[in-house]
Formats: sequence, structure tokens, C-alpha cells
Amino acid sequence: MMKPPMFPMLALILASMPAFAEIDLSGSWVAYLHEDALNRGSGPLPVDYLGLPLNDQGRTRALLYTASQISMPERQCLYYTSEYLPMGPFGFKMWNETEPINGRTVAWHLSGTNDRAPMTIWVDGRPDDSKYDIHPIGGYGTGAWEGEVLKAKITHMKAGYIWRNGSPTSDQASITFHFIRHGDMMVVISELVDPVYLSEPFVVSRNYMLSNTNIIRPIDTPCVPGEEATRAPGEVPHYQPGKNPFVGEMTKAYNIPQEAVLGGAETMYPAYRKKLKDKYVPPAKCPRDCGYGAFATSASQ
Amino acid sequence: MNRTRRTRDSAILIGAMWFALLPNVYGQGRGGPPPGPPPTPKAAAPIDLTGYWVSVVTEDWRFRMVTPPKGDTQSVPLNPAGLKITNDWDPAKDEAAGEQCKYYGAPAIMRNPGMVHITWQDDNTLRIETDAGTQTRVLHFGNWKPAEGEPTWQGDSIAQWETPRAGRGAPPPKSGNLKVVTTHLRAGYLRKNGVPYSANATLTEYYDLIQGVDGNPWLVVTAMVDDPAFLRMTFITSSNFKKQADGSGWDPTPCSARW
Repeated sequence: MMKPPMFPMLALILASMPAFAEIDLSGSWVAYLHEDALNRGSGPLPVDYLGLPLNDQGRTRALLYTASQISMPERQCLYYTSEYLPMGPFGFKMWNETEPINGRTVAWHLSGTNDRAPMTIWVDGRPDDSKYDIHPIGGYGTGAWEGEVLKAKITHMKAGYIWRNGSPTSDQASITFHFIRHGDMMVVISELVDPVYLSEPFVVSRNYMLSNTNIIRPIDTPCVPGEEATRAPGEVPHYQPGKNPFVGEMTKAYNIPQEAVLGGAETMYPAYRKKLKDKYVPPAKCPRDCGYGAFATSASQ
Repeated sequence: MNRTRRTRDSAILIGAMWFALLPNVYGQGRGGPPPGPPPTPKAAAPIDLTGYWVSVVTEDWRFRMVTPPKGDTQSVPLNPAGLKITNDWDPAKDEAAGEQCKYYGAPAIMRNPGMVHITWQDDNTLRIETDAGTQTRVLHFGNWKPAEGEPTWQGDSIAQWETPRAGRGAPPPKSGNLKVVTTHLRAGYLRKNGVPYSANATLTEYYDLIQGVDGNPWLVVTAMVDDPAFLRMTFITSSNFKKQADGSGWDPTPCSARW
């Protein structure tokens, strides 16, 4: 007489149970660009660090940057790292990877774009990476459910940029994401911590809508570098300290005092308005980039 | 011996099947009601929103920390009617009409830089006070019915907790969020420079609580404004607040049409 397959059955039943409060995050999520539309869309002004908790080192590094750097063949295909997910204009596709025997989710994947690396969040309980491990462009992500919220921490990223104006992140930075679904709307909260360039965590929250018509690809077209400019061998475009010609551009356009434009943790808090009150007069009319434009959602780009 | 073992195995199997089915059964709401009256919204709160919170302005800085220039509607999906009102903005006219608080209504108040103080007014009512504009929002749980009357800056807000599924006999969930729907609003501004919402606007909000890397709680309020009069689509923003130990930074200021 054959022994009843008791334990395989038990394993199957237990495996069919969803983890407590785990919910489905899969699908194509279109970004709503109703916040920071200019910065996320066509890009910020070259020197606009408003509300960024840059420390002196971060500010100095940012002011050396010129966008001409990314015309270098060596840098054209440098992807943005994972902290760029909420800072860029694009939505993302999210899907789960399952264990082949019991079907449990072991990882969540987020698609890349043509300028941001894909991201993987392991939720199978594996340990954090050693500090000596490599830094892949998308970083190393682990996560766990807190109620119906997926919390993920990304470490081991490469050095990169917060905004596309050179405000920097170091390879010591880490980012913590909370993925919160409310029906067909998802809030992604990110907290960037960088002991090298930031004096406080940089927290932003973004909104995405589930789309059945805007199918986002898991990966984007491969980047192929090419010669875009003529320059001397070995030349790396940059500004010398104190020589960035765009420092006053934001002040000229919007009358915002330069000390605010250069950012710092203080500029994030309401009390800072007191320092601005007697220095700021709104321009008589909007000088540039005034309208709603094409940046309602990532689907419209 | 074999019979005993089979019986034991069957019991384990049946127990496992019963346990596996639990979440689905209760997800369909087929469980019986718990004994006694249901807990009040205050007692049932899955998260603690009370306390002092300061807004941390890392987004839309130029539209929140200072008054943006006239005509700057960047990232707000206005329709032509909304655009026209924006372009006609005149703060002196608002002041003369006693409407300095147009940017301090419910669809915009959580976007204002400042501190908010959240308390329970009673077992069924959550109260949000803001130092910016010295406003008070009252969020009603349960079957509260609004009184007839003129629309107000803060409108009529109905609140409910949204919590994860829980099995029979399980303790109340200690995670979830607050959902608030606000109507009956007096027409106002989404931004200080006259970007409008109408009296027919509906505000839907989600209040989510997370723990920051340093262990400090953060409150994220996602606001969805639907206004067929002036918006082409739902306008969605989310505002971030950091928990404060006390109200030492509390700085009540009156509404201002200009600053």
C-alpha cells in the first residue's frame, strides 16, 4: 500500500497561502507629473538646488558640473541609479519573480528606462550585501511587507545624480522606498540618505496610476555611444570652482535669492520663509516654462 | 500504529487547509461580528496620526515656499476656464473681498509650508489645525451627516480607516491608512497665484504613515482633486510631514493673499 503523500500536500497548501497582507503591485504604472514637472520633464535649471539638503561638499561638487559631461562617449550610457526613479519623468513596469517550486514571490522587479537602470528588490529574506560587494548600477535591493506596504532598501549604488543638473549622490548613498497602493493609484515614497553629499535625508513622494493601455517595457532600447562633440583627448567638461556661469540664472528669472537657490537642509523647512519674506518679490509675470505643457503624465511624453 | 499516524496526519492536513482558507473567507466578509459594540474610530485607529508635524518642502519648492509669478501654472492640468481665472488673478481684489484665505482651503492647505497639529476632538472626529492661515479641518468618521449651509474653505470631510485583511479572532490591524473625502468647498486656489478650484471640486486624500531611516515617523498626505470646472484630469500631489516632539515651532499666521 502506498503511503499517502501527506507532506507534499501540506507543503502545497501552505505555499498557496498568501503572505499576510501581501498585495499585487504588478502592472504598468504611469507617472503623474503634477509635482516638479519641469525638473522631471525637460530638466531643472543648471543651478537649482531649492529644497535639496546638500552639504557644502555636495554643493561644491554640483557647481562643478556641466551637462556637456554626458556628451562624452564614456559617459553617454551611464545610467541613472535607483534614486532617480522618483526624480525622472517616467513611469515603470513592476512584476514579481516567483520561486519555481512553490510559486512564492522572491523578488519584485522595476523596469528601467532609457536613462535609468532596472531595479530588483529581493523579498525572500536574503541578507544585506557585504560592504565589499560590487556596486551594480541599479544597486542591491531587499524588501519586506509592512502591512500592505512594500518597504525596500537599495544599497550598493554607483555614484550618480539626484537631479539632471549635477546635484550629486555618492556610492555610499542608500535609498529606502515605500510602495503604497491605493486602488489604481500608487504612492512611492523615497528617502535618500547620503553621508557624503547630504546633511539630512532627502524625502520625496510621487504618484503613479495603473494603466491598461500604456504598456511599459521591462527594459528600454540599448544605449549606443557615439561622438557628439569635438574636444581634446582626455578633456572632461566641468566648471572651475567659483566659475559656474549659471549661479545667478534662477535669481534673474524668478527673483529667488541666491542663498536659497544653492539649497541646504534649512531651505526644506517652513521657517526658512521668514528669511525670504523681505527679500523676495514675485516677478510681474511668469518668465518661462509657465504652462502645464506636455508634462501631465509620463504617458504623454 | 499506522492508523494512529494516519489520523494524526489527517488532522494536520485538515488544520492546514482550514488555516490556509482563513484569509480568503474573511476577505469575503463572511466572518461573524465580534462580540460587543464595534470599537470607536479613535479606539480602532490602526495608525497614530496625532501630534505635531512639520511640512518638509522638497517638492514644488518654487510654488510653495514663495508666491509664484502670475500666470505660472506649471504642472497643474488646468482647462481653458481654469487658465483664464489664473490669468485674471488679482490679490488686491481678493483682499478687498475679504478672501485672503483662498489658498488655505482643504485642497491646498496641506501643501502650505507650516506645521499641522492633529488631535482627536472626540471618539469619532479627528481635528487638524494648521499654523499657516490658522485653519482647522474636522474629519468625521461614521455616519456623520453635514449640516446645510454655505460652503466653507475646509468643506465637509468624511473619514474612514483602510486596513489590511485580518482573520477571525486576530487583533485589530496595526497598519493601514486614513482615507478622507471632502466636498461642499468654497471655491479657492490650488496655488497662491490664483490657480483655481471650483465649489464643485472633490478632494480625496490618503494619509500614510511610514517610519524614516532614523526611526522618526513621516506622514505623507496624497491629495487627489477632481474638478470638472477647471481641471482636465485629476490633480494629484503628495505632501510630506516629519513628526515633531512638541509644538515648539508652532507659528500661527493669518491668511495672506500675497505671501
